[in-house]
Amino acid sequence: MSSLLKVEDLKVSYGAINALKGLSFEVEKGSVVSLIGANGAGKSTLLNAILSLVPYRGKIVFDGEDLNKKKTDDIMKKGISLVPEGRRVFADLTVEENLDMGAFTVKDSKLIKERKEEMFARFEILKARKDQKASTLSGGEQQMLAIARALMSGPKMLLLDEPGLGLAPLMVEVIFSIISDINKKNGVTILLVEQNARMALKASDNAFVMELGNIVLSGTGADLLKNDEVKKAYLGE
Amino acid sequence: MLQEFFQHFINGITLGGIYALVALGYTMVYGILKFINFAHGDVLMWGAYIGLFVYNAIRTTHAPGAFSVFAFFVAMVVAAIASAVMGMSIEKIAYKPLRKAPRLAPLLSAIGVSYILSNSAQLFFGTHSRKLEYPFDNSPIAMGSISITPHQILILAVSGITMFALMMFVNKTRLGKAMRATSLDQDAASLMGINVNNIISLTFAIGSALAAIGGMLVSLDFKVYATMGTMLGLKAFVAAVVGGIGNIPGAMLGGLLLGLLETFGVALLHIPLGFKDTVAFVVLIIILLVRPSGILGKNIREKV
Repeated sequence: MSSLLKVEDLKVSYGAINALKGLSFEVEKGSVVSLIGANGAGKSTLLNAILSLVPYRGKIVFDGEDLNKKKTDDIMKKGISLVPEGRRVFADLTVEENLDMGAFTVKDSKLIKERKEEMFARFEILKARKDQKASTLSGGEQQMLAIARALMSGPKMLLLDEPGLGLAPLMVEVIFSIISDINKKNGVTILLVEQNARMALKASDNAFVMELGNIVLSGTGADLLKNDEVKKAYLGE
Repeated sequence: MLQEFFQHFINGITLGGIYALVALGYTMVYGILKFINFAHGDVLMWGAYIGLFVYNAIRTTHAPGAFSVFAFFVAMVVAAIASAVMGMSIEKIAYKPLRKAPRLAPLLSAIGVSYILSNSAQLFFGTHSRKLEYPFDNSPIAMGSISITPHQILILAVSGITMFALMMFVNKTRLGKAMRATSLDQDAASLMGINVNNIISLTFAIGSALAAIGGMLVSLDFKVYATMGTMLGLKAFVAAVVGGIGNIPGAMLGGLLLGLLETFGVALLHIPLGFKDTVAFVVLIIILLVRPSGILGKNIREKV
Protein backbone atom coordinates (compact mmCIF):
# COMPACT_ATOMS: atom_id res chain seq x y z
CA MET A 1 0.00 0.00 0.00
CA SER A 2 1.17 3.48 -0.75
CA SER A 3 0.83 6.48 1.49
CA LEU A 4 -1.78 9.06 0.61
CA LEU A 5 -0.70 11.66 3.14
CA LYS A 6 2.83 12.23 4.28
CA VAL A 7 3.68 14.72 7.00
CA GLU A 8 7.34 15.55 7.62
CA ASP A 9 8.80 17.58 10.46
CA LEU A 10 5.65 19.65 10.88
CA LYS A 11 5.98 22.67 13.15
CA VAL A 12 3.28 25.15 14.10
CA SER A 13 3.61 27.87 16.67
CA TYR A 14 1.13 30.36 18.02
CA GLY A 15 3.38 33.22 19.10
CA ALA A 16 5.79 31.84 21.65
CA ILE A 17 3.86 28.61 22.07
CA ASN A 18 4.93 25.66 19.98
CA ALA A 19 1.78 23.71 19.26
CA LEU A 20 3.45 21.17 16.98
CA LYS A 21 7.12 20.46 17.50
CA GLY A 22 8.20 18.74 14.33
CA LEU A 23 6.10 15.65 13.90
CA SER A 24 6.17 13.17 11.07
CA PHE A 25 3.77 10.41 10.08
CA GLU A 26 2.14 8.80 7.09
CA VAL A 27 -1.39 7.74 6.33
CA GLU A 28 -1.84 4.80 4.00
CA LYS A 29 -4.36 4.89 1.22
CA GLY A 30 -7.64 3.31 2.24
CA SER A 31 -6.85 3.11 5.93
CA VAL A 32 -8.47 4.55 9.02
CA VAL A 33 -5.97 6.38 11.18
CA SER A 34 -6.66 8.07 14.45
CA LEU A 35 -4.79 10.60 16.49
CA ILE A 36 -5.49 10.41 20.17
CA GLY A 37 -4.27 12.60 22.95
CA ALA A 38 -5.35 14.96 25.66
CA ASN A 39 -6.55 18.52 25.29
CA GLY A 40 -3.79 20.75 24.01
CA ALA A 41 -1.79 17.94 22.46
CA GLY A 42 -2.06 19.69 19.10
CA LYS A 43 -4.50 17.37 17.37
CA SER A 44 -6.79 20.02 15.93
CA THR A 45 -3.81 22.17 15.00
CA LEU A 46 -2.50 19.29 12.93
CA LEU A 47 -5.75 18.95 10.97
CA ASN A 48 -5.93 22.71 10.49
CA ALA A 49 -2.35 22.73 9.19
CA ILE A 50 -3.15 20.06 6.61
CA LEU A 51 -5.79 22.39 5.21
CA SER A 52 -3.55 25.46 5.48
CA LEU A 53 -5.87 27.05 7.99
CA VAL A 54 -2.82 27.80 10.15
CA PRO A 55 0.67 28.68 8.87
CA TYR A 56 3.26 25.95 9.38
CA ARG A 57 6.84 24.91 8.68
CA GLY A 58 7.66 21.48 7.38
CA LYS A 59 6.24 19.42 4.60
CA ILE A 60 2.79 18.02 3.96
CA VAL A 61 2.45 15.89 0.85
CA PHE A 62 -0.94 14.67 -0.31
CA ASP A 63 -1.30 12.23 -3.18
CA GLY A 64 2.23 13.06 -4.34
CA GLU A 65 1.75 16.83 -4.20
CA ASP A 66 3.29 19.30 -1.77
CA LEU A 67 0.51 21.26 -0.07
CA ASN A 68 2.70 23.99 1.35
CA LYS A 69 1.55 27.53 0.45
CA LYS A 70 -1.59 26.18 -1.21
CA LYS A 71 -4.87 27.81 -0.31
CA THR A 72 -7.55 25.99 1.63
CA ASP A 73 -9.95 25.82 -1.29
CA ASP A 74 -7.24 24.45 -3.60
CA ILE A 75 -6.33 21.77 -1.09
CA MET A 76 -9.97 20.87 -0.83
CA LYS A 77 -10.23 20.54 -4.57
CA LYS A 78 -7.34 18.07 -4.47
CA GLY A 79 -9.54 15.75 -2.44
CA ILE A 80 -9.30 16.49 1.26
CA SER A 81 -12.41 17.31 3.26
CA LEU A 82 -12.56 18.28 6.90
CA VAL A 83 -15.44 17.71 9.26
CA PRO A 84 -14.59 20.45 11.73
CA GLU A 85 -14.76 20.28 15.48
CA GLY A 86 -18.17 21.30 16.74
CA ARG A 87 -19.69 20.35 13.35
CA ARG A 88 -19.99 23.94 12.09
CA VAL A 89 -23.00 23.30 9.90
CA PHE A 90 -24.49 26.47 8.39
CA ALA A 91 -27.21 27.03 10.94
CA ASP A 92 -29.49 29.25 8.86
CA LEU A 93 -29.21 27.21 5.70
CA THR A 94 -31.44 24.22 5.09
CA VAL A 95 -30.08 20.69 5.20
CA GLU A 96 -30.12 20.52 1.43
CA GLU A 97 -28.41 23.89 1.06
CA ASN A 98 -25.72 22.69 3.45
CA LEU A 99 -25.11 19.74 1.14
CA ASP A 100 -25.01 22.09 -1.85
CA MET A 101 -22.30 24.06 -0.10
CA GLY A 102 -20.33 20.88 0.45
CA ALA A 103 -20.37 20.43 -3.32
CA PHE A 104 -19.33 24.00 -4.00
CA THR A 105 -16.19 22.92 -5.84
CA VAL A 106 -18.12 20.45 -8.00
CA LYS A 107 -19.22 22.06 -11.25
CA ASP A 108 -21.18 19.13 -12.71
CA SER A 109 -24.77 19.60 -11.54
CA LYS A 110 -25.69 16.03 -12.44
CA LEU A 111 -22.93 14.73 -10.23
CA ILE A 112 -24.09 16.97 -7.39
CA LYS A 113 -27.59 15.58 -7.72
CA GLU A 114 -26.28 12.02 -7.72
CA ARG A 115 -24.18 12.59 -4.63
CA LYS A 116 -27.08 14.27 -2.87
CA GLU A 117 -29.24 11.22 -3.57
CA GLU A 118 -26.44 9.04 -2.27
CA MET A 119 -26.28 11.06 0.95
CA PHE A 120 -30.05 10.96 1.37
CA ALA A 121 -29.95 7.20 0.91
CA ARG A 122 -27.19 6.83 3.46
CA PHE A 123 -28.64 9.30 5.96
CA GLU A 124 -32.39 8.88 5.77
CA ILE A 125 -32.98 11.33 8.57
CA LEU A 126 -31.37 14.06 6.48
CA LYS A 127 -33.73 13.31 3.64
CA ALA A 128 -36.70 13.66 5.97
CA ARG A 129 -35.36 16.98 7.16
CA LYS A 130 -33.94 18.31 3.92
CA ASP A 131 -35.94 21.55 3.92
CA GLN A 132 -35.40 22.26 7.59
CA LYS A 133 -32.78 24.69 8.80
CA ALA A 134 -29.68 22.96 10.07
CA SER A 135 -30.07 24.68 13.42
CA THR A 136 -33.21 22.65 14.10
CA LEU A 137 -31.34 19.34 13.95
CA SER A 138 -30.15 17.45 17.01
CA GLY A 139 -26.44 17.20 17.73
CA GLY A 140 -26.15 13.74 16.20
CA GLU A 141 -28.09 14.76 13.11
CA GLN A 142 -25.89 17.82 12.74
CA GLN A 143 -22.84 15.57 12.90
CA MET A 144 -24.32 13.40 10.17
CA LEU A 145 -24.98 16.51 8.12
CA ALA A 146 -21.42 17.72 8.66
CA ILE A 147 -20.10 14.35 7.46
CA ALA A 148 -22.47 14.23 4.49
CA ARG A 149 -21.55 17.80 3.60
CA ALA A 150 -17.86 16.91 3.66
CA LEU A 151 -18.51 13.89 1.40
CA MET A 152 -20.32 16.00 -1.20
CA SER A 153 -17.02 17.13 -2.68
CA GLY A 154 -16.09 13.51 -3.32
CA PRO A 155 -12.93 13.48 -1.19
CA LYS A 156 -10.17 10.87 -1.31
CA MET A 157 -9.47 11.60 2.31
CA LEU A 158 -11.77 12.68 5.09
CA LEU A 159 -10.44 14.44 8.17
CA LEU A 160 -12.68 14.36 11.21
CA ASP A 161 -12.08 16.56 14.23
CA GLU A 162 -13.70 15.12 17.35
CA PRO A 163 -16.70 13.56 15.62
CA GLY A 164 -18.00 12.24 18.92
CA LEU A 165 -17.78 15.49 20.83
CA GLY A 166 -20.88 16.37 22.80
CA LEU A 167 -22.91 13.42 21.58
CA ALA A 168 -24.69 10.76 23.59
CA PRO A 169 -22.73 7.47 23.81
CA LEU A 170 -25.21 5.66 21.57
CA MET A 171 -24.94 8.38 18.97
CA VAL A 172 -21.15 8.22 19.15
CA GLU A 173 -21.38 4.56 18.18
CA VAL A 174 -23.70 5.38 15.30
CA ILE A 175 -21.30 8.04 14.04
CA PHE A 176 -18.33 5.68 14.25
CA SER A 177 -20.13 2.97 12.37
CA ILE A 178 -20.94 5.54 9.68
CA ILE A 179 -17.27 6.48 9.52
CA SER A 180 -16.07 2.91 9.06
CA ASP A 181 -18.83 2.37 6.52
CA ILE A 182 -17.56 5.35 4.50
CA ASN A 183 -14.10 3.84 4.62
CA LYS A 184 -15.13 0.33 3.63
CA LYS A 185 -17.84 1.04 1.08
CA ASN A 186 -16.47 4.17 -0.54
CA GLY A 187 -12.78 3.55 0.01
CA VAL A 188 -12.28 6.97 1.55
CA THR A 189 -9.13 7.26 3.66
CA ILE A 190 -9.93 8.51 7.14
CA LEU A 191 -7.82 10.55 9.53
CA LEU A 192 -9.62 11.28 12.73
CA VAL A 193 -8.83 13.08 15.92
CA GLU A 194 -10.68 11.93 18.98
CA GLN A 195 -10.66 12.22 22.73
CA ASN A 196 -12.76 9.13 23.04
CA ALA A 197 -9.69 6.94 22.65
CA ARG A 198 -11.36 3.56 23.02
CA MET A 199 -13.87 4.28 20.29
CA ALA A 200 -11.20 5.70 18.00
CA LEU A 201 -8.72 2.86 18.50
CA LYS A 202 -11.33 0.19 17.89
CA ALA A 203 -12.25 1.80 14.59
CA SER A 204 -8.69 2.37 13.40
CA ASP A 205 -6.13 0.43 11.41
CA ASN A 206 -3.34 2.62 12.74
CA ALA A 207 -3.13 5.17 15.49
CA PHE A 208 -0.80 7.79 16.88
CA VAL A 209 -0.71 9.10 20.39
CA MET A 210 0.08 12.78 20.65
CA GLU A 211 1.42 14.60 23.66
CA LEU A 212 2.31 18.28 23.76
CA GLY A 213 2.96 18.66 20.06
CA ASN A 214 4.79 15.39 19.46
CA ILE A 215 3.86 11.87 18.47
CA VAL A 216 4.94 9.74 21.39
CA LEU A 217 3.55 6.38 20.39
CA SER A 218 2.28 4.68 17.30
CA GLY A 219 0.97 1.30 16.26
CA THR A 220 -2.10 -0.49 15.03
CA GLY A 221 -5.35 0.35 16.74
CA ALA A 222 -5.51 -3.12 18.28
CA ASP A 223 -1.94 -2.90 19.63
CA LEU A 224 -2.51 0.44 21.25
CA LEU A 225 -5.69 -0.78 22.88
CA LYS A 226 -3.52 -3.36 24.69
CA ASN A 227 -0.67 -0.97 25.45
CA ASP A 228 -0.24 -0.34 29.17
CA GLU A 229 0.62 3.32 28.88
CA VAL A 230 -2.36 3.98 26.65
CA LYS A 231 -4.61 2.02 28.96
CA LYS A 232 -3.51 4.06 31.93
CA ALA A 233 -3.53 7.48 30.34
CA TYR A 234 -6.40 7.34 27.88
CA LEU A 235 -8.61 4.37 28.58
CA GLY A 236 -8.91 4.81 32.33
CA GLU A 237 -7.94 1.25 33.13
CA MET B 1 -59.25 60.25 5.68
CA LEU B 2 -58.78 56.89 4.03
CA GLN B 3 -57.60 58.44 0.76
CA GLU B 4 -55.23 60.59 2.71
CA PHE B 5 -53.90 57.41 4.32
CA PHE B 6 -53.34 55.75 0.93
CA GLN B 7 -51.65 58.84 -0.41
CA HIS B 8 -49.20 58.90 2.50
CA PHE B 9 -48.75 55.17 2.15
CA ILE B 10 -47.66 55.52 -1.48
CA ASN B 11 -45.34 58.38 -0.61
CA GLY B 12 -43.96 56.37 2.29
CA ILE B 13 -43.19 53.18 0.43
CA THR B 14 -41.50 55.01 -2.44
CA LEU B 15 -39.23 56.77 0.02
CA GLY B 16 -38.82 53.47 1.84
CA GLY B 17 -37.92 51.67 -1.38
CA ILE B 18 -34.91 53.96 -1.75
CA TYR B 19 -33.87 53.48 1.87
CA ALA B 20 -34.18 49.73 1.40
CA LEU B 21 -31.95 49.71 -1.69
CA VAL B 22 -29.24 51.61 0.14
CA ALA B 23 -29.69 49.71 3.41
CA LEU B 24 -28.99 46.42 1.62
CA GLY B 25 -25.40 47.46 1.00
CA TYR B 26 -24.82 48.14 4.69
CA THR B 27 -26.47 44.96 5.80
CA MET B 28 -24.80 42.63 3.30
CA VAL B 29 -21.33 43.93 4.12
CA TYR B 30 -22.07 43.76 7.82
CA GLY B 31 -23.37 40.23 7.45
CA ILE B 32 -20.05 39.05 6.10
CA LEU B 33 -17.41 41.31 7.64
CA LYS B 34 -19.21 42.48 10.81
CA PHE B 35 -18.23 45.98 9.88
CA ILE B 36 -20.16 49.14 8.93
CA ASN B 37 -19.03 50.53 5.60
CA PHE B 38 -19.41 54.23 6.32
CA ALA B 39 -18.25 55.09 2.82
CA HIS B 40 -21.38 53.48 1.36
CA GLY B 41 -23.31 56.76 1.10
CA ASP B 42 -20.41 58.34 -0.77
CA VAL B 43 -20.25 55.49 -3.23
CA LEU B 44 -23.93 56.23 -3.81
CA MET B 45 -23.09 59.88 -4.51
CA TRP B 46 -20.36 58.94 -6.99
CA GLY B 47 -22.76 56.56 -8.64
CA ALA B 48 -25.29 59.38 -8.99
CA TYR B 49 -22.68 61.69 -10.54
CA ILE B 50 -21.56 59.02 -13.00
CA GLY B 51 -25.18 58.31 -13.85
CA LEU B 52 -25.87 62.01 -14.33
CA PHE B 53 -22.95 62.49 -16.71
CA VAL B 54 -23.74 59.41 -18.77
CA TYR B 55 -27.42 60.36 -18.88
CA ASN B 56 -26.70 63.89 -20.07
CA ALA B 57 -24.15 62.66 -22.60
CA ILE B 58 -26.61 60.25 -24.21
CA ARG B 59 -29.65 62.40 -23.94
CA THR B 60 -28.12 65.73 -25.05
CA THR B 61 -31.02 67.93 -26.11
CA HIS B 62 -33.79 65.38 -26.15
CA ALA B 63 -37.02 66.28 -24.48
CA PRO B 64 -38.68 63.93 -21.99
CA GLY B 65 -39.87 60.81 -23.73
CA ALA B 66 -38.98 57.29 -24.72
CA PHE B 67 -35.43 58.12 -25.73
CA SER B 68 -34.76 59.89 -22.44
CA VAL B 69 -36.13 56.97 -20.49
CA PHE B 70 -33.81 54.69 -22.46
CA ALA B 71 -30.89 57.02 -21.73
CA PHE B 72 -31.82 57.01 -18.05
CA PHE B 73 -31.72 53.22 -17.84
CA VAL B 74 -28.45 53.00 -19.75
CA ALA B 75 -26.99 55.56 -17.36
CA MET B 76 -28.30 53.58 -14.42
CA VAL B 77 -26.62 50.39 -15.63
CA VAL B 78 -23.33 52.20 -16.26
CA ALA B 79 -23.52 53.88 -12.85
CA ALA B 80 -24.24 50.54 -11.17
CA ILE B 81 -21.28 48.84 -12.85
CA ALA B 82 -18.93 51.74 -12.14
CA SER B 83 -20.00 51.84 -8.49
CA ALA B 84 -19.58 48.09 -8.20
CA VAL B 85 -15.99 48.42 -9.39
CA MET B 86 -15.51 51.33 -7.02
CA GLY B 87 -16.90 49.41 -4.06
CA MET B 88 -14.69 46.39 -4.78
CA SER B 89 -11.61 48.59 -5.14
CA ILE B 90 -12.31 50.39 -1.88
CA GLU B 91 -12.57 47.07 -0.12
CA LYS B 92 -9.29 45.82 -1.59
CA ILE B 93 -7.38 49.03 -0.84
CA ALA B 94 -8.83 50.29 2.42
CA TYR B 95 -10.45 47.37 4.25
CA LYS B 96 -8.81 44.12 3.24
CA PRO B 97 -5.38 44.94 4.68
CA LEU B 98 -7.13 45.64 7.99
CA ARG B 99 -9.16 42.47 8.14
CA LYS B 100 -7.19 41.02 11.02
CA ALA B 101 -6.74 44.38 12.76
CA PRO B 102 -8.87 45.41 15.77
CA ARG B 103 -12.41 46.16 14.70
CA LEU B 104 -12.07 49.91 15.15
CA ALA B 105 -9.37 50.16 12.46
CA PRO B 106 -11.47 49.30 9.37
CA LEU B 107 -14.25 51.50 10.74
CA LEU B 108 -11.92 54.48 10.89
CA SER B 109 -10.59 53.59 7.48
CA ALA B 110 -14.16 53.64 6.16
CA ILE B 111 -14.75 57.10 7.61
CA GLY B 112 -11.53 58.23 5.93
CA VAL B 113 -12.63 56.81 2.59
CA SER B 114 -15.95 58.58 3.03
CA TYR B 115 -14.20 61.95 3.39
CA ILE B 116 -11.88 61.27 0.47
CA LEU B 117 -14.81 60.42 -1.78
CA SER B 118 -16.98 63.39 -0.84
CA ASN B 119 -14.12 65.92 -0.87
CA SER B 120 -12.79 64.69 -4.18
CA ALA B 121 -16.29 64.99 -5.61
CA GLN B 122 -16.40 68.60 -4.43
CA LEU B 123 -13.00 69.19 -5.97
CA PHE B 124 -13.89 67.68 -9.33
CA PHE B 125 -17.54 68.59 -9.69
CA GLY B 126 -17.86 71.73 -7.55
CA THR B 127 -20.07 72.39 -4.57
CA HIS B 128 -23.19 73.36 -6.48
CA SER B 129 -25.95 70.84 -6.96
CA ARG B 130 -26.92 69.60 -10.39
CA LYS B 131 -30.32 68.67 -11.57
CA LEU B 132 -31.00 65.27 -13.02
CA GLU B 133 -33.86 66.04 -15.42
CA TYR B 134 -36.86 63.76 -15.39
CA PRO B 135 -36.72 61.49 -18.41
CA PHE B 136 -40.50 61.66 -18.58
CA ASP B 137 -43.25 64.13 -17.88
CA ASN B 138 -43.62 63.88 -14.13
CA SER B 139 -47.09 65.32 -13.69
CA PRO B 140 -49.06 63.25 -11.17
CA ILE B 141 -51.42 60.63 -12.45
CA ALA B 142 -54.75 60.67 -10.65
CA MET B 143 -56.03 57.30 -9.51
CA GLY B 144 -59.41 58.06 -8.08
CA SER B 145 -58.81 60.55 -5.33
CA ILE B 146 -55.16 59.72 -4.80
CA SER B 147 -52.35 60.57 -7.12
CA ILE B 148 -49.05 58.98 -7.98
CA THR B 149 -46.21 60.47 -9.99
CA PRO B 150 -44.44 58.56 -12.77
CA HIS B 151 -41.27 59.03 -10.70
CA GLN B 152 -42.88 57.16 -7.83
CA ILE B 153 -43.92 54.38 -10.19
CA LEU B 154 -40.33 54.22 -11.44
CA ILE B 155 -38.97 53.96 -7.89
CA LEU B 156 -41.46 51.25 -6.95
CA ALA B 157 -40.78 49.27 -10.10
CA VAL B 158 -37.00 49.52 -10.06
CA SER B 159 -36.57 48.92 -6.33
CA GLY B 160 -39.14 46.11 -6.40
CA ILE B 161 -37.50 44.34 -9.32
CA THR B 162 -33.94 44.71 -8.01
CA MET B 163 -34.89 43.49 -4.56
CA PHE B 164 -36.75 40.53 -6.00
CA ALA B 165 -33.74 39.71 -8.16
CA LEU B 166 -31.47 39.97 -5.15
CA MET B 167 -33.65 37.60 -3.13
CA MET B 168 -33.64 35.11 -5.98
CA PHE B 169 -29.88 35.39 -6.28
CA VAL B 170 -29.26 34.93 -2.59
CA ASN B 171 -31.69 32.07 -2.09
CA LYS B 172 -31.54 30.14 -5.32
CA THR B 173 -28.11 30.40 -6.87
CA ARG B 174 -24.92 28.62 -5.92
CA LEU B 175 -23.04 31.87 -5.38
CA GLY B 176 -25.89 33.40 -3.42
CA LYS B 177 -26.00 30.41 -1.09
CA ALA B 178 -22.23 30.63 -0.74
CA MET B 179 -22.65 34.25 0.24
CA ARG B 180 -25.10 33.30 2.98
CA ALA B 181 -22.85 30.47 4.11
CA THR B 182 -19.89 32.84 4.28
CA SER B 183 -21.82 35.30 6.39
CA LEU B 184 -22.79 32.49 8.79
CA ASP B 185 -19.32 30.98 9.21
CA GLN B 186 -16.32 32.13 7.20
CA ASP B 187 -13.99 29.34 8.28
CA ALA B 188 -16.51 26.64 7.53
CA ALA B 189 -17.22 28.31 4.17
CA SER B 190 -13.57 28.16 3.20
CA LEU B 191 -13.62 24.48 4.17
CA MET B 192 -16.24 24.03 1.46
CA GLY B 193 -13.77 25.43 -1.06
CA ILE B 194 -15.57 28.77 -1.16
CA ASN B 195 -13.12 31.56 -1.88
CA VAL B 196 -14.09 33.96 0.88
CA ASN B 197 -12.23 36.90 -0.68
CA ASN B 198 -14.21 36.58 -3.89
CA ILE B 199 -17.44 36.44 -1.94
CA ILE B 200 -16.49 39.60 -0.06
CA SER B 201 -15.72 41.38 -3.36
CA LEU B 202 -19.03 40.23 -4.77
CA THR B 203 -20.84 41.54 -1.70
CA PHE B 204 -19.27 44.97 -2.10
CA ALA B 205 -20.04 44.96 -5.81
CA ILE B 206 -23.73 44.17 -5.32
CA GLY B 207 -24.15 46.59 -2.42
CA SER B 208 -22.48 49.43 -4.32
CA ALA B 209 -24.49 48.77 -7.48
CA LEU B 210 -27.73 48.92 -5.49
CA ALA B 211 -26.56 52.17 -3.89
CA ALA B 212 -25.91 53.72 -7.31
CA ILE B 213 -29.38 52.71 -8.46
CA GLY B 214 -30.86 54.22 -5.31
CA GLY B 215 -28.77 57.35 -5.81
CA MET B 216 -30.02 57.88 -9.34
CA LEU B 217 -33.63 57.33 -8.35
CA VAL B 218 -33.42 59.81 -5.51
CA SER B 219 -31.52 62.42 -7.57
CA LEU B 220 -34.52 63.01 -9.81
CA ASP B 221 -36.17 64.71 -6.84
CA PHE B 222 -33.26 65.93 -4.77
CA LYS B 223 -30.50 66.76 -7.26
CA VAL B 224 -26.91 65.54 -7.28
CA TYR B 225 -24.34 67.09 -4.94
CA ALA B 226 -21.21 65.97 -3.16
CA THR B 227 -22.76 65.42 0.26
CA MET B 228 -26.01 63.90 -0.95
CA GLY B 229 -24.95 60.49 0.36
CA THR B 230 -24.35 61.56 3.93
CA MET B 231 -27.87 61.89 5.31
CA LEU B 232 -29.33 59.29 2.95
CA GLY B 233 -26.57 56.86 3.90
CA LEU B 234 -27.10 57.49 7.59
CA LYS B 235 -30.84 56.91 7.33
CA ALA B 236 -30.36 53.77 5.28
CA PHE B 237 -27.97 52.59 7.96
CA VAL B 238 -30.70 53.23 10.53
CA ALA B 239 -33.08 51.22 8.33
CA ALA B 240 -30.60 48.34 8.26
CA VAL B 241 -30.28 48.39 12.05
CA VAL B 242 -34.04 48.63 12.53
CA GLY B 243 -34.59 45.60 10.30
CA GLY B 244 -31.77 43.69 11.95
CA ILE B 245 -28.30 44.38 10.61
CA GLY B 246 -26.84 41.51 8.62
CA ASN B 247 -30.30 40.34 7.60
CA ILE B 248 -31.26 40.94 3.96
CA PRO B 249 -35.07 40.82 4.26
CA GLY B 250 -34.58 42.88 7.41
CA ALA B 251 -32.95 45.70 5.45
CA MET B 252 -35.84 45.71 2.99
CA LEU B 253 -38.39 45.74 5.80
CA GLY B 254 -36.45 48.35 7.78
CA GLY B 255 -36.20 50.61 4.74
CA LEU B 256 -39.89 50.44 3.93
CA LEU B 257 -40.81 50.92 7.56
CA LEU B 258 -38.59 53.94 7.94
CA GLY B 259 -40.01 55.52 4.79
CA LEU B 260 -43.54 54.99 6.07
CA LEU B 261 -42.75 56.27 9.57
CA GLU B 262 -41.15 59.42 8.21
CA THR B 263 -44.04 60.16 5.89
CA PHE B 264 -46.73 59.41 8.42
CA GLY B 265 -44.78 61.19 11.15
CA VAL B 266 -44.77 64.40 9.20
CA ALA B 267 -48.36 64.02 8.01
CA LEU B 268 -50.20 62.67 11.02
CA LEU B 269 -48.14 63.69 14.01
CA HIS B 270 -47.57 67.11 12.47
CA ILE B 271 -43.82 66.93 12.96
CA PRO B 272 -42.48 70.12 11.39
CA LEU B 273 -40.89 69.37 8.03
CA GLY B 274 -37.52 70.60 9.28
CA PHE B 275 -37.56 67.88 11.91
CA LYS B 276 -38.41 65.15 9.44
CA ASP B 277 -34.91 63.72 9.63
CA THR B 278 -35.15 63.26 13.37
CA VAL B 279 -37.83 60.60 12.94
CA ALA B 280 -35.25 58.10 11.71
CA PHE B 281 -32.98 58.67 14.67
CA VAL B 282 -35.78 58.56 17.21
CA VAL B 283 -36.76 55.23 15.67
CA LEU B 284 -33.14 54.10 15.94
CA ILE B 285 -32.99 54.98 19.63
CA ILE B 286 -36.26 53.20 20.35
CA ILE B 287 -35.17 50.07 18.48
CA LEU B 288 -31.82 50.00 20.24
CA LEU B 289 -33.60 50.25 23.58
CA VAL B 290 -36.39 47.80 22.89
CA ARG B 291 -34.94 45.31 20.45
CA PRO B 292 -31.24 45.93 19.84
CA SER B 293 -30.95 43.06 17.37
CA GLY B 294 -33.56 44.67 15.11
CA ILE B 295 -36.94 43.41 13.95
CA LEU B 296 -35.74 40.34 12.04
CA GLY B 297 -32.34 40.09 13.67
CA LYS B 298 -31.53 37.20 15.92
CA ASN B 299 -30.25 37.37 19.42
CA ILE B 300 -26.99 35.62 18.90
CA ARG B 301 -25.95 33.66 21.89
CA GLU B 302 -22.38 32.55 22.06
CA LYS B 303 -22.22 28.79 22.24
CA VAL B 304 -19.60 27.35 24.52
